Amino acid sequence: MKGSLIILGFFTAGLLLSFYKIIPGDLIKEEYSSYALYFLMFLVGVGVGADAKAFQALKGFNLCILLVPFTTILGTAIGVTIVYLIIPDLSLKDAQAVGSGYGYYSLSSIIITETYSKSLGVVALLANVMREIITLLAAPLIALYFGKIAPICSGGATSMDTTLPIITKASGKEYAIVSLFHGIVLTILVPIIVSLILSLG
Amino acid sequence: MITVVSIMVLGIIVGYFIRNRRLLVKINDKLIMWAIYLLLFILGLSIGANEVIMKNLPTLGLKALALTLGGVIGSISLAWLTYVRFFKSKE
Repeated sequence: MKGSLIILGFFTAGLLLSFYKIIPGDLIKEEYSSYALYFLMFLVGVGVGADAKAFQALKGFNLCILLVPFTTILGTAIGVTIVYLIIPDLSLKDAQAVGSGYGYYSLSSIIITETYSKSLGVVALLANVMREIITLLAAPLIALYFGKIAPICSGGATSMDTTLPIITKASGKEYAIVSLFHGIVLTILVPIIVSLILSLG
Repeated sequence: MITVVSIMVLGIIVGYFIRNRRLLVKINDKLIMWAIYLLLFILGLSIGANEVIMKNLPTLGLKALALTLGGVIGSISLAWLTYVRFFKSKE
């Protein structure tokens, strides 16, 4: 929660500084920020590769554990499709791109902003921060009514770090490995799925 | 898309080889954090200067909320099915 508030703080600070014309909005050229994005993606990869837990989680592998990230991906796709059908002025592609952040607000919003649209990037940032916050607040209730896998799926990519403690509390220690595995898989898949959706016509 | 995947795979390979050098891993984590802060600060800067987006900020926020609720409710509903069908019996 603290991390996501700090990130929103940086975003809001930038927004206010340029809105009140204290710093020009085009301070940094677009091509530099896409190099910065590539650099960030590389660093995220290094972080995953260097994480000893990532490989341990894979060792506790059985087929059922694979179903959990699949559940999150399919469930989110269905959920945002329903939202697309209900609310006006939202394309299916935009809805899927935002949904496919799975709570990984920093990376998904940056990719969408750099390669597709700034306003959708803002939606992605807000939507995915909300996903983390909802999970942090509601994990115990979600586990109670939807079973022990549900808080993990709600947490999305954050189930490996920021929401892991509350998920472990809500679903029990035996689900910590599932949660970790799920978060790692989604963290790797977020940039792939988001850029795949954006590249479709 | 291919650029994104190959950069990330390269990162994972590099990460695997430096996994025992705790200092490098720690520096990497800090770098990720500051790269994210910087990029989102820049995103904020360019949004603040964009009048169209600023005028529509409340609408964008509502869209975000709707998509979040859709994504969360969709995935926890399906999670209930997965749990009952594949996990509950093993406890």
